[in-house]
Amino acid sequence: MISADPSKVTAICFDRIHHPNQHKLEVARANGAYKLLPKVLKEFSSEKIIEEVKTAGIRGRGGAGFPTGLKWSFVPRNTGKPIYLMCNADEGEPGTFKDRDIMRFDPHLLIEGMIMAGFALGVRDAYIYIRGEFLHEANVLNAAIEEAYAANLLGEHILGTDFSMNLTVHRGAGAYICGEETALIESVEGKAGRPRFKPPFPAVEGFYRCPTVVNNVETLSTIPAILEFGGAWHASIGVANNTGMKIFSVSGQVNKPGNYEVPLGTSLKTLIEEHCGGLQHGSLPKAVIPGGSSSPWLTAEHYDIPLTFDDLAKAGSMLGSGAIIVMDETADVLAVTRRLAHFYAHESCGQCTPCREGTGWLERVLVRIENGQGLPGDIAVLEDAAQYMAGRTICALADGAAAPVMSLIKHFPEAVRAGIVEKAA
Amino acid sequence: MSSAENPIFSEARLAEIKSVVERYPAAQSALLPVLHMAQEDFGYLSMPVQQLVADTLAVRLMAVREVVTFYTMFREQPCGKYLMEVCTNAGCMLNGANELAAHVCETLGINMGETTPDGLFTVTEVECAGACAGAPVVQINNEYHEKVDAAHMDAFIADARGQGGAA
Ligand SMILES: Cc1cc2nc3c(=O)[nH]c(=O)nc-3n(C[C@H](O)[C@H](O)[C@H](O)COP(=O)(O)O)c2cc1C
Repeated sequence: MISADPSKVTAICFDRIHHPNQHKLEVARANGAYKLLPKVLKEFSSEKIIEEVKTAGIRGRGGAGFPTGLKWSFVPRNTGKPIYLMCNADEGEPGTFKDRDIMRFDPHLLIEGMIMAGFALGVRDAYIYIRGEFLHEANVLNAAIEEAYAANLLGEHILGTDFSMNLTVHRGAGAYICGEETALIESVEGKAGRPRFKPPFPAVEGFYRCPTVVNNVETLSTIPAILEFGGAWHASIGVANNTGMKIFSVSGQVNKPGNYEVPLGTSLKTLIEEHCGGLQHGSLPKAVIPGGSSSPWLTAEHYDIPLTFDDLAKAGSMLGSGAIIVMDETADVLAVTRRLAHFYAHESCGQCTPCREGTGWLERVLVRIENGQGLPGDIAVLEDAAQYMAGRTICALADGAAAPVMSLIKHFPEAVRAGIVEKAA
Repeated sequence: MSSAENPIFSEARLAEIKSVVERYPAAQSALLPVLHMAQEDFGYLSMPVQQLVADTLAVRLMAVREVVTFYTMFREQPCGKYLMEVCTNAGCMLNGANELAAHVCETLGINMGETTPDGLFTVTEVECAGACAGAPVVQINNEYHEKVDAAHMDAFIADARGQGGAA
């Protein structure tokens, strides 16, 4: 049970996740799912819901941290065009594995959040864009959606009200870029996932040029609790401007990797030592990727950092999706960087030259350095390539590709130099 | 008989495709779902299969080609009966994925990306599978195997060979 006292809240999205058979409607209902829905649909206005979400201060859990209530308020309501809701369940950012647990263990939480969001936004058709590899999770969601339709929680005249909404699971097919919201929309239009220029933002012009709200699984799954306990309740969890609980996916060289839902503002050290059973080797991390592979690395210097959007930005990194990849003293940081460079080169959609060329270049140079055949000017080559990619493309994939390389050079220049052949004397 | 070289969708599939199309504002939106179905039915997306999908949804063949070649999960070539996809991205790499991948390739006597001559196994390297707490992760025919070690893969291969030999 989620506590009405914000200081006693231990989980929001994961509150019911450990109940056996929680994915079944009957069990979910016995545990409180859809309890508030009739009241929301019958007594709440769209404005009130958006106001509560704004007051809650929740910032998007998918990577960019944009305030959810504000995004919802950008949707033009009188264009005569349909308004769409897309749940981003692409979960492709290396290190991220939280949305999967919500979907496979408590799909009704997400469905309820989407019904509430859809009601607030005037949506008729909503979609869950799930990465193609999550076939099991897609099947669990489809079964839950089928049960929800049968119980009149989806479809026509939901619970006897005037509100009708369809919900469809749409599987991707192995393309990281489709997690970017405009690429996601292209993909649901049946095309290759190539990001669009923004503006116009999807909230104004998205799916088939109609207003479209794209929100992450975790963001949408927080909505039922916000409406049950109020925006002010949510705003008093965590710290100012970084409110609420957050699921951190911790992986790499810790003893107990996993998903941990903690209040924003919890320190990195507390998370790793108290929740994750500490590092596999040694007492201080060599490097930590704090917000998915696209976020600049931290070192032991920042071990005490409070995990918030703002603190991480101040430290030159980002909270991103909350995916923390930990490298202990035994980690080969050059090999990790080279592997990530391969990832970005493979996943670049290719439409922007700096990214298409730059990602491949970074990988090739890192490969030769790893093989001990780096050329004397290679550090400058890497720096140049990374700098000329970041911020010069349609989407942020290029920035993500540059981040690990810049981090490696900044924090571990000796690891790079070791692979460079000195000029013959 | 319907095959990748001479494909036809069953009546049940066509009915399913129709209901999928109805969920979207335009038929092209059903392209990814229908390609998944076609790959399931015919094993891989040969040119005749891609043409069939284009005809079924009344979209241009070029639009289908564009999508098939963009997304990693769509295959234009047949693969082994067991498709083993080893994640070697950061989280798995830090937990022995490269050594695991090398072990699997050596056990099967093939290089990464190849299929065994008996057509039973294909091994590929994939990007982050989104299950890093279970590193190293191997997907076998779309099923996640987590915290995998060499012994687990050896047992799986021996078991599959037993069944494959009997078939
Ligand atoms: C290359 C790239 C990949 C992304 N992948 C994901 C993803 O897998 N899941 C996700 O929710 N957001 C992802 N995003 C962020 C989305 O573009 C978008 O900001 C988010 O879905 C909005 O939802 P939120 O406001 O609830 O966070 C990605 C962004 C970029 C640039």
